[in-house]
Amino acid sequence: MVLCDVLKLIDGKLHTCEEEVDIYIKSACGADLMSDVMAFSKENALLLTGLVNPQVIRTAEMMDIKVVIFVRGKKPTDAMCELAEEKGIVLASSDLSMFTCCGLLYEAGIVGTGN
Amino acid sequence: MKQALWGQVIKVKSILKREYEIPANDFALAGEASSNVRKILTQLGVNPVIIKRTSIAMYEAELNAVIHGNGGKALVEIFEDKIQILIYDEGPGIEDIELAMVEGYSTAPDSIREMGFGAGMGLSNIKKNADEFLLESEINKGTKVYITIALF
Repeated sequence: MVLCDVLKLIDGKLHTCEEEVDIYIKSACGADLMSDVMAFSKENALLLTGLVNPQVIRTAEMMDIKVVIFVRGKKPTDAMCELAEEKGIVLASSDLSMFTCCGLLYEAGIVGTGN
Repeated sequence: MKQALWGQVIKVKSILKREYEIPANDFALAGEASSNVRKILTQLGVNPVIIKRTSIAMYEAELNAVIHGNGGKALVEIFEDKIQILIYDEGPGIEDIELAMVEGYSTAPDSIREMGFGAGMGLSNIKKNADEFLLESEINKGTKVYITIALF
């Protein structure tokens, strides 16, 4: 599924890299604990999180995660957007909860490969 | 004989050497060194799987130096066949290395856990991603983390 369809599903808003809406998303992971993303996430292009700090962007960079969606109405700070733009990482946000976002994406065929 | 020795020296000489300061308690900057190494490896055309393993191992070690070691330094050498990383700090050291290696064991303060880290997965994750991993620590002297990743 392409990113713009993902965003439509969860009523998401883009904060950076608006030109990247055609990124193909096959799998995703959802976590507030970056330690777990580092240790358990496999080839996921999308991270859903409720955690808002610059290390979320760093973690995404190290893990080859191309898109980070902040759930529960959280918004990235200007400094985070700047860092993400520099790294070419898409930041988006949704007012929906983590559970609802994950459920909607899973139902639409996005899988989780972290195990 | 001299020629052979010279040849050996050439063979083990690193292609690239970098040294980074890891600032103490600056969580916003943590990961800058790993990010820079990642950029270099990408420019050198290293296999993406190896870049990811290197990034994960180095970033975890860098975060540990920030969280536990009052900052430190990272020395990175890239050879034709491997990447060698040494991250060291002059922090309080690790009391029980065996215990520190257990997944889930952590001495990170709540402030670090609130930032999404300190789950006690870092050291085992470094070991998992490195081809060679060595941890040396002395109480009140500091900690050294040696990471080697083969390029092929």
